[in-house]
Amino acid sequence: MTLHSTPKPQTAPGPLLQVRGLEKRYGSRIGCTDVSFDLFPGEVMGIVGESGSGKSTLLNCLAGHLTPDCGQVIFDTRTAGPCDTVTMGEPERRMLSRTDWAFVHQNPRDGLRMGVSAGGNVGERLMAVGARHYGNIRDQALDWLSRVEIAAERIDDRPSAFSGGMQQRLQIARNLVTGPRLVFMDEPTGGLDVSVQARLLDLLRGLVRRMGLSAVIVTHDLAVVRLLADRLMVMKDGRVVEAGLTDQVLDDPQHGYTQLLVSSVLQV
Amino acid sequence: MSAQTHPASGQIAQGQIAPIHTDQAYNFAYLDEETKRMIRRALLKGLAVPGYQVPFASREMPMPYGWGTGGVQVTAACLTPDDVLKVIDQGADDTTNAVSIRKFFQRTAGVATTEQTTVATVIQTRHRIPETDLSEGQILVYQVPIPEPLRFLEPRETETRKMHSLEEYGLMHVRLYEDIARHGQIATSYAYPVKVEGRYVMDPSPIPKFDNPKLSQNAAIQLFGAGREQRIYALPPYTDVVSLDFEDHPFQASKADHACDLCGSNTAYLDEVIIDDAGGRMFVCSDTDYCSTRRAQGHVGRLGTAQEHVA
Ligand SMILES: Nc1ncnc2c1ncn2[C@@H]1O[C@H](COP(=O)(O)OP(=O)(O)O)[C@@H](O)[C@H]1O
Ligand SMILES: [Mg+2]
Ligand SMILES: [Zn+2]
Repeated sequence: MTLHSTPKPQTAPGPLLQVRGLEKRYGSRIGCTDVSFDLFPGEVMGIVGESGSGKSTLLNCLAGHLTPDCGQVIFDTRTAGPCDTVTMGEPERRMLSRTDWAFVHQNPRDGLRMGVSAGGNVGERLMAVGARHYGNIRDQALDWLSRVEIAAERIDDRPSAFSGGMQQRLQIARNLVTGPRLVFMDEPTGGLDVSVQARLLDLLRGLVRRMGLSAVIVTHDLAVVRLLADRLMVMKDGRVVEAGLTDQVLDDPQHGYTQLLVSSVLQV
Repeated sequence: MSAQTHPASGQIAQGQIAPIHTDQAYNFAYLDEETKRMIRRALLKGLAVPGYQVPFASREMPMPYGWGTGGVQVTAACLTPDDVLKVIDQGADDTTNAVSIRKFFQRTAGVATTEQTTVATVIQTRHRIPETDLSEGQILVYQVPIPEPLRFLEPRETETRKMHSLEEYGLMHVRLYEDIARHGQIATSYAYPVKVEGRYVMDPSPIPKFDNPKLSQNAAIQLFGAGREQRIYALPPYTDVVSLDFEDHPFQASKADHACDLCGSNTAYLDEVIIDDAGGRMFVCSDTDYCSTRRAQGHVGRLGTAQEHVA
């Protein structure tokens, strides 16, 4: 303890996430390999590539749903600073998943409790970290439903009574209610109609910007990364073949495979 | 008294008492000694880790599962020849279920039986805790249909086990939240979830929530047996047991707002009984021993008469 409070030296914040040499195999088949990147606070990283290129495998390794065969996933924790989430204990990793991390699944059924009301779905993470005041939980649920444009009177309805777009917006609310620092999304607009996709993207963009969220978004849809991602990684056969700022990669692709991806979009 | 009995008592019983009182076709208390030892090991583990569900190899019993085969196996593993057994079903000693379990142990173990809570050393129960305070040395055995309190929202056994081991109990409050959202209050009125010694969340079996406070700091040993689900759990004497709730919806041990029409008790848990074709109703203690003991002491309720009149 010092008597005079000296200001802490101001240093630029380090990366929120540092991925080093990540590999996951399914038997002899490569899921993803040799993946390394940094994600800084407030940054959105897009991961694109055709089906089977290893995007979901990579995302699930980052989020602790799959155990990689080698490599590190170092997350800057609030309490202990940078920690390798691959080697940390399961209790700590599960604690991160319901506090600092969020995971938005492509299929809302995988990310929602279909037998629980919309309010209960949003409130679950609050209760998981100790909220014990019903009125406060409900107020926060109402606030988040309005932020994802779900009418307040639907709060006691089950998600099975919602449209696909509403379910996805509910899943997002349920994930963001505890103010996570890092959001993983796997094809968040995947199963939706085009018009519904546009509305959801718009909403996501607003939330990401306003909350200053860091995110890793997996998609095969280049329009999604164009709108949301600051940086981009292009994957093929489990490897990152090109990485850079989104606009640069999309407007001036270097790798042949990226050029193919971009041109196939332009043809649509 | 059974709580202090040495483990070999079953064999003594077989040698000395069985020829006089019990059916020779069975070992003392029906189960073989090896099975009883296995169940006792599970019980000791349960007592060492209050509220933790211990798996055990449940045996076929000569009665259907709905009849409390888990409780029967726990009772069989606890009984000694000197025990005095009481069996209640919803508080009553005289229902078919209670009578047949009592007969079963009379025949297979030759133990004395009683309806008096204070006299019993082992009490097997379905859906109630006796009104009369239990004392040290008594054992209360609960019949449990569904031991897993998280099952309601998480059907995967692998996941619920992990949630218990990591103390991830947020889901229990989601369940109570849903209750309030739908009914304006916590409508769960039996099998009301509790937290044991600040650690394990436990299903207290389908007792009314009115009984929940009696789970806590009870002088008796409380043992829970789920036959079909093959789980045993336990509360040693004087264990802290807290009913889950919200700050703005605190737990309430509610009962019908009446006095017993037979004994006048204002504090006992009541059953509502239809008494005539005109839809007349009366409220009576669900604990039949408690009610008749009070009447024997001269207490009379609204519809009560001389004590020997109401059997
Ligand atoms: N559970 C699994 N078992 C075996 N192989 C798998 C499994 N999941 C994915 N793969 C394989 O790993 C590769 C990458 O798959 P995935 O990560 O799902 O790609 P993407 O999300 O880009 O479509 C593919 O070859 C796929 O067939
Ligand atoms: Mg995928
Ligand atoms: Zn009474």
